[in-house]
Amino acid sequence: MKRILVSIKRVVDYNVRIRVKPDGTGVVTDGVKMSINPFDEIALEEALRIKEKGLAEEVVVATIGPADCQQQLRTALAMGADRALHVQTDAPIEPPVAAKLLRKLVDKEQPMLAILGKQAIDDDASQTGQMLAALWGRPQATFASKVELAGDKATVTREVDAGLETLEVELPAVITTDLRLNEPRYVKLPDIMKAKKKPLETLDAASLGVSLQPALQLVKFEAPATRSRGVMVKDARELVDALKKKGLL
Amino acid sequence: MSKILIVAEHDGAKLNPATAKCVTCARAIPGADITVAVFAADGAAVAAQAATLAGVAKVLRVDHAANAQALAATLAPQVVQVAAGYSHVFGPSTTFGKDLMPRVAALLDAPQLSDVMAAEGATRFRRPMYAGNAIVTVEVPAGTRVVATVRTASFEAAAAGATAAPVEGVAVTAELPTHTRFVSVSAARSDRPDLQTASRVVSGGRALGSADNFKLLYGLADRLGAAVGASRAAVDAGYAPNDLQVGQTGKIIAPELYLAFGISGAIQHLTGIKDARTIVAVNKDAEAPIFEIADIGLVGDLFQIVPEIERLIGAND
Repeated sequence: MKRILVSIKRVVDYNVRIRVKPDGTGVVTDGVKMSINPFDEIALEEALRIKEKGLAEEVVVATIGPADCQQQLRTALAMGADRALHVQTDAPIEPPVAAKLLRKLVDKEQPMLAILGKQAIDDDASQTGQMLAALWGRPQATFASKVELAGDKATVTREVDAGLETLEVELPAVITTDLRLNEPRYVKLPDIMKAKKKPLETLDAASLGVSLQPALQLVKFEAPATRSRGVMVKDARELVDALKKKGLL
Repeated sequence: MSKILIVAEHDGAKLNPATAKCVTCARAIPGADITVAVFAADGAAVAAQAATLAGVAKVLRVDHAANAQALAATLAPQVVQVAAGYSHVFGPSTTFGKDLMPRVAALLDAPQLSDVMAAEGATRFRRPMYAGNAIVTVEVPAGTRVVATVRTASFEAAAAGATAAPVEGVAVTAELPTHTRFVSVSAARSDRPDLQTASRVVSGGRALGSADNFKLLYGLADRLGAAVGASRAAVDAGYAPNDLQVGQTGKIIAPELYLAFGISGAIQHLTGIKDARTIVAVNKDAEAPIFEIADIGLVGDLFQIVPEIERLIGAND
């Protein structure tokens, strides 16, 4: 079956103002709204569009994390994913571990494409997709802003520092999504009802033969240094004078 | 002693300044022994430039026809080949490094630190999380090989000196995949300074109102010898191309002077300019959040103010 595997992560919603805990052990997540990582939502939307064009038959959404992550999987099912895989663990998961666990899911599901967000907005690591591609020994097309499938190949336009780069990759492959790839659909109420009946399989992360042990120790979290408010000028002439005074013009 | 391998970024002819910033980051590690690896079709010119950077002890020149384009899938096995014996493998936190380094880390079965903003020793680093709203100190267990991308906005470029480190040729023995092919890259605009490294940046937001109006900023930028940037709102609205986007999901920059016109100052934009030396904001909304962090603020109509600034600079230069 022509299948697409999409991996999503539960993260603090992007509209939440992030606060570092006073004791420096992390950021405040108690009572904070959690959502699907926005880049992963774009990944899922792209997979659904590929399926709707008749170029794939099934979209499987997967996540790694505690029981609460099933809320995000249900949202993904409501968006249109056919079934969900929950790799359950309460342990903090670093990107290399996530990639190894996803590699196991790739063995299980044999997808023609794995689509992930280019980064999660919590740790901002931007590693998991590339690591999965390496472990799988398959092509990667990161930071995608356009994806076209034809036969056993994908042509992917990537947002790079120089502008837009186009790659052709053989399938199966890993794609990571940038912001402008698409605009994810809104979930409708009937779809939420339907999603409750879609299959959601739970796998114990510890049973997949991957060490979940983190390699890095997060010693302390600090709020960033803040810039203070400067001076207000009243017109362009004062502005130019101020810049000259600073030796900037 | 820390043996540090830095993967050079270049365009085939010139070393990207991001590489010299990686060198500066590596030099902060006591006893750093720094090697720069240049992967190219013909790396002679780039290797020669890398060899002059202060702090570089050796340059590895890895020439292969497949390296004419920087493809992560092709480069990663070669980086792994030359990384044997190195305790640290660094690359810039540009789209080149962000694409390549995790692939290298996975092949090495090493952890990766993304966007390193400070090295506090061989095993202790600082990096941003949550769009820069938290700065985390990370400790790597001693003896663990570590891969890192270096946040270029946090470091000055290592200076090029008169003496050159030795350049050593390395033959590729790693097997290279053929499943990934380069097709094209959109032509970069070469007539203005590069946004990532420019010392002055003129940037515009949604208030510009159209792609045509946005051109107003190009005139001022050219007068100042500045690069042009844009907020995500301006890019999403189609006023400016995506490679001009400044912010958490675009480019993170640290120019001497950043001039923001009609940019309200969303958190994700401010994250991208926090390290700028001087921030100037012009906005008609006095309540715009960008004024909270601007060194010089001016409330007013940018369509009047931009031409006036241009005229005032012209009159005095």
